[in-house]
Amino acid sequence: MPSLAPLLELEGVEARYGPIKALHGVSLAVGEGEVVALLGANGAGKTTTLRAVSGTVRRAGRISFAGQTLERRPPEAVARAGIAHVPEGRGTFGELTVHENLRLGAWTRRGRLRGEEERVLAHFPALAERTRQPAGTLSGGEQQMLALARALMARPRLLMLDEPSLGLAPLVVASIFAILRRLNEEEGLAVLLVEQNATLALEAASTAYVLEVGRVAVAGPAADLRADESVRRSYLGY
Amino acid sequence: MAEFWQQVVSGLASGGIYASLALALVIVYRSSGVINFAQGEMATFATFLAWTLLDHGLSYWPAFALTLAIAFAGGVALERVLIRPVEGRPVLTVVILTIGLLILINGATQWIWGGATRKFPSPFSTRPIHVVSAAFSIQDLGIVGVSLAAVALLSLFFRFTKLGLGLRAAAVNPEESRLVGVRVGWMLALGWGLAAALGAVSGMMVAPVVFLDPNMMQGVLLYAFAAAMLGGLASPVGAVVGGLALGVVLNLLGTYVSTFSGQMRLVGGLAVILVVLLVRPTGLFGRTAVRRV
Amino acid sequence: MSRRRLALNAAGFVVAAVVVAFLPRFISSYHALEWANVGIYFTALLGLNVLTGYSGQISLGHGAFMAIGGYTSAILIAHHGVRDVWTIPLAGLVAGGVGLAFGLPALRLRGFYLALATFGVAVAFPALVQKFDHFTGGSVGLPLTLHSNDWLYYLAWAIAGAGLLLGRLVLATPIGRAFRALRDSEVAAVSSGISPALYKTLAFGISSFYAGIAGALYAIAAAYVTPQTFPITLSLFLVVGLAVGGLGSLAGSVVGAILIQFLPPLAPHLGHAPPQVLEGAVLVAVMLLLPGGAAGLLRLVQSSRQS
Repeated sequence: MPSLAPLLELEGVEARYGPIKALHGVSLAVGEGEVVALLGANGAGKTTTLRAVSGTVRRAGRISFAGQTLERRPPEAVARAGIAHVPEGRGTFGELTVHENLRLGAWTRRGRLRGEEERVLAHFPALAERTRQPAGTLSGGEQQMLALARALMARPRLLMLDEPSLGLAPLVVASIFAILRRLNEEEGLAVLLVEQNATLALEAASTAYVLEVGRVAVAGPAADLRADESVRRSYLGY
Repeated sequence: MAEFWQQVVSGLASGGIYASLALALVIVYRSSGVINFAQGEMATFATFLAWTLLDHGLSYWPAFALTLAIAFAGGVALERVLIRPVEGRPVLTVVILTIGLLILINGATQWIWGGATRKFPSPFSTRPIHVVSAAFSIQDLGIVGVSLAAVALLSLFFRFTKLGLGLRAAAVNPEESRLVGVRVGWMLALGWGLAAALGAVSGMMVAPVVFLDPNMMQGVLLYAFAAAMLGGLASPVGAVVGGLALGVVLNLLGTYVSTFSGQMRLVGGLAVILVVLLVRPTGLFGRTAVRRV
Repeated sequence: MSRRRLALNAAGFVVAAVVVAFLPRFISSYHALEWANVGIYFTALLGLNVLTGYSGQISLGHGAFMAIGGYTSAILIAHHGVRDVWTIPLAGLVAGGVGLAFGLPALRLRGFYLALATFGVAVAFPALVQKFDHFTGGSVGLPLTLHSNDWLYYLAWAIAGAGLLLGRLVLATPIGRAFRALRDSEVAAVSSGISPALYKTLAFGISSFYAGIAGALYAIAAAYVTPQTFPITLSLFLVVGLAVGGLGSLAGSVVGAILIQFLPPLAPHLGHAPPQVLEGAVLVAVMLLLPGGAAGLLRLVQSSRQS
């Protein structure tokens, strides 16, 4: 773990959906420029953890980001602080065009954005040809890329991705993860990645947390978890 | 034949008035998911405000602009103060609240200005201009012009500005919009403000024709409902086209079919609502299927 | 319903009946007419409650359905010499029939189409009255027989009481169970084979039946019908009375009816404001603070007592 203060830190975070408690005290950290994987079975609380950070679920506990406390902030403020949350199911605006989706992504940024769209689309050539198309007409893989591209338009410091591989063909998934790696290496983008596909996630990440029933069951360097057979069998199913 | 075209233009003028109010309804419906039954009374109130400004010596177009600004601010305030607190509640509650606003604003208008009918000036002369053998009223053409200009400005706003994009996004998908940093609440308030301003346009266009009184917009609201439904409640284009079409059709009906003259056009409007409900509830332009019970 | 609740309700009803029966002895004839109107509004609200409370839809044109009943009654009395009391059920049936015809297109769809359509009825109805003026007497109207205020009072409340009992009865039948099932969970109701379109239309038919009866009484009480007898504000004030009394509460409608009758005359004393200001402000306040209306307040009080 880096000795500098982490970029994102959760301490004893709880979350509830109405009367149902989904997180029972989750603590984790994402360092500057780090890729962290959040794993676990369905219903373990991975999506809820991301929602707790972005403020789209009722939460308690300490959440700090780049020295600011986030636990009382609404989602709009979390976005302004520099966190981009790409939710499960892409979250693209189907009725708006690709170009409009990207413009929306830059909502929190002030000043002129000349060339921003080109800069981002350079990572996603498939999208560059479709800027005038409504996002709803894109394929699943293209929509995932659009969701990613939209998040990047905000120039976030932390990208939170929920199940990027869901419903996509392996080749598409591979290209998305390649883009992620490039962004992380070239631009120092920190990533908190929720993934059902543990292999993929552990290859991409440097640190991993495994959630079980709303708590952190195992945590450590991704390489160690990949190597540890008992962890793989009990928590990751292979 | 000349008579026919004169009635068409006259119908377009009425239609422009209905279209503006219908568009206002659609904007609120798309952003807040609610039919604002008070939209007509808000427009009436704004028109009375304009009357007061004119009465105090302000000339027409400055008064017009100032009224739009006040109406806009009023719409924003209304949304923030009265609609926001009931955001999560059942839609029925919110709708009944707008009905309460309808009653309240109607009463307030009567209270402040009294129930007497007044004249309201038009910026357009009532002289006709002659094209071939037909005589078209400048006022009618002016009303069409102003209504279309308002609608056009609004669509430019929605298509090309950042705020317009934010409003569209917030209307379509509020949760996702929050994630990119859009303050959805203020977007909704913006929608209500724009709708109120549009309503004011509608009111100021109709007042010279039907004379200004507190109940002036009730019939217009009926036609606006019919127009919005014709177009598909969630379709802005549909509301405008529906409004114009409704104006023309009702005017032609009124001219050539004696049953439909005068107040009976209201029944025509009601009939349109019923026919749309029976035959094509999604409206002519509606894309999303109306959910059947 | 538990035996205890049933007994309590029956006792309450008997007490109320006694109060209603003896009230005219203690009040002037003029006040008897006012309270007769309360009874009439109560009947109309009963119907609105069936519609809104149990089917979740709202009618903004119930004043017009009252007008349909009132004009039916008036036409039968003035043109055909039918005795006024007999016209009342007929008025109800006519209004109910129109309601059924009206309800089906609107109610087979989700959303506030019924509210839109009934608003249209309320606004357009006076035009129809004017159009068919050989029947309706146009703006001049139709004169009817005069009756004593006490007689009107007892008639109105007898019908209101009958309406209340009938309402309770209907709600206890499978129809009522279907209504409640629809209100509680439309999805569950549909899967039990209940057709929402059918039952919602039926609810609207019942509610317009009640409105028609109330309208006939209203006309008889006014001894005259003109288009001004049933203005748009009537439809709107009925909604206020409904919301204040509490949605889904039959007995709570009494509170609403009292409000409709007695709030407007108060208005001039409060700074010359027209009654709409008060009624509107009350409705907005109720929706903001107490969506359950008076009945909701009562339920709150009851549940806090139990805890």
